[in-house]
Amino acid sequence: MDKKLSVELLTTMLKIRYFEQAAKTLYKEGQIPGSIHLYIGEEAVAAGACANLDQSDYISSTHRGHGHVIARGGDLNRVMAELFGKADGYNGGRGGSMHIATMELGILGANGIVGAGIPLATGAAFSSFIRKSGQVTICFFGDGATNQGTFHEALNIASVFSLPVVYVCENNLYGVGTCIKNTTRCQQLSMRSFGYGIEGITIDGNDVMAVYETVGKAVQKARSGRGPTFIEAETYRWGTHFEGEPDTYRDPEEVKRWKEAEPIGRFEKELTGKNILDAGEIKLLHKNIQGQVDRAVEFAKASPLPDAGDVLKYVIN
Amino acid sequence: MNFTNFFISGVIKLKEITYKKALNEAIYEEMLRDEKVFVAGLDVGKYGGAFGVTEGLYEKFPDRIFNMPISEAGYTGMAVGAAMTGMRPIVELQISDWVTIASDQLVNNGANMPYLLMGKTSVPLVMRLPSGGYLSYACQHSHSWESWFCFVPGIKVVLPSTPYDAKGLLKSAIRDNNIVIFLEHKRLYNTTGMVPQEEYTVPIGKANIVKEGSDITIISYSFVLTKALEAAKILAGENIDAEVLDLRTVKPLDEETISNSVKKTGRAVIVQEVWKNCSVASEVSALISEKCFDYLDHPPVRITAKECPTPFSPVLENSVLPQTEDIVAEVKKLFAKK
Repeated sequence: MDKKLSVELLTTMLKIRYFEQAAKTLYKEGQIPGSIHLYIGEEAVAAGACANLDQSDYISSTHRGHGHVIARGGDLNRVMAELFGKADGYNGGRGGSMHIATMELGILGANGIVGAGIPLATGAAFSSFIRKSGQVTICFFGDGATNQGTFHEALNIASVFSLPVVYVCENNLYGVGTCIKNTTRCQQLSMRSFGYGIEGITIDGNDVMAVYETVGKAVQKARSGRGPTFIEAETYRWGTHFEGEPDTYRDPEEVKRWKEAEPIGRFEKELTGKNILDAGEIKLLHKNIQGQVDRAVEFAKASPLPDAGDVLKYVIN
Repeated sequence: MNFTNFFISGVIKLKEITYKKALNEAIYEEMLRDEKVFVAGLDVGKYGGAFGVTEGLYEKFPDRIFNMPISEAGYTGMAVGAAMTGMRPIVELQISDWVTIASDQLVNNGANMPYLLMGKTSVPLVMRLPSGGYLSYACQHSHSWESWFCFVPGIKVVLPSTPYDAKGLLKSAIRDNNIVIFLEHKRLYNTTGMVPQEEYTVPIGKANIVKEGSDITIISYSFVLTKALEAAKILAGENIDAEVLDLRTVKPLDEETISNSVKKTGRAVIVQEVWKNCSVASEVSALISEKCFDYLDHPPVRITAKECPTPFSPVLENSVLPQTEDIVAEVKKLFAKK
């Protein structure tokens, strides 16, 4: 296991974790307007997948998208400022938690409509295919999105044209408050892609190296013109669908089990066990990242409010 | 202003082509001009498109004409994604009614992303939609959805009524950096008209004064404009001199041309093929009330389809959709009251 890569993956996961924990507190304190959907527990998916991408590649993100932006190298200050609805946010306060994205990082929007980003990602891949640019798109979505028509239509199109796209399904078992087992008879979501002639793989989405390696192979396959792959990453969100939602639909035992299998602690254990990092190095990493997140919060608080006089900027009528 | 007279008096050579061929030429010329332009839709390849608009293009651009599966939401969304990443897609849906299937991708993705992403991306996408009734195609193949999309900030809506405008506006639409809903009336595909042999464009957002007049302004667009013109001819025989405007673009509206005309005539009827409620006719009517109130001899009148799904049988369909005699009768009422 490569030390540089390990540190990179752990750093990304920790950034997401500390960022989300801060967001949770700030939201509870009423400092963040609207609603937020946290990525705590799913960090390995974004971190492992995005580590395979080049600067010019694309991703599409979802309502649970903070982790994707951070894994794409997003500036924590600007991500946090967007949560606050401030001028320095990536969307200048136009998007908020649900829509944090920027083309600077090749993010084709964070989509608040389940499954709606799948055709967009497929379109970016179609664009790369026509331009023969060698770019790859990773399309993130949840288990619930696999019941949307857009999922099925887009996968079929991607297969027909052998598009350079990797579909990464973050299967956290719940579409809002309903378990995926109650909304499809399909035993394993990765089976769905075979109907479209696309290889489907189910992996442990809390194993960051498994995500990194599986997505890595799929990215290489896409880049070399051998078409799309569907990867179902089994994971779990610690929190409810959105912050403040009562958790009436999940068995506490189930939550406990998944928390024990969370991605960061087990990766750290693996790293120390294999003598790749020692406890001191890991502690320092935590401290540094906590500091970065603290500074991001300060930055967001100090950032000016957007100018309402500019509200029509970027609209074309 | 009648462009034909202008060209005949000048040195520009004209040719007569169909509306369908005009669209075909626009796509061909723009694909030659810009390699980022591509076409996606059901049967747009060798088949030539449902109404023959893309005939012969696959042979010329086999790498940029793509047959799609019957997945309107899927390939419309795909085109939005391609547009966001540097391409200029032209999507053909076989029948405009099915844009409802694709509308989420247009409204929630295409129209929003340039705003959400702070202008760092744009969606130069043309949705070509064969639309309209008067063909006994019944209620899932006859409607025209301009009013839906006029509602949405970030989307332009264009409906040419002549081969000249079809070609010139489609070229402008392809060059536009935003979503353009381009509604082609099915009854117009085989109509003919003169177009310049040389390249030209028609700007989006400009109405056309098709016939000048002094007593009333009849505002219309797309196929039903032909009925407005027939009505104007009949009215002329009864000493009512109607000015006829072809909106050509319904979003953004050409407020200046509309209000100048109505200020001059003092009366306005708006003739549209589709339903009245919250429609283009309603918007134009509101605009006239706001901008021309002091000049009006009569409130604006909207002549539209009856609020009813378009029925199949010609006798039923004709009773629902506006006819020439309806326009004549409504206009005469305005003068009878005086």
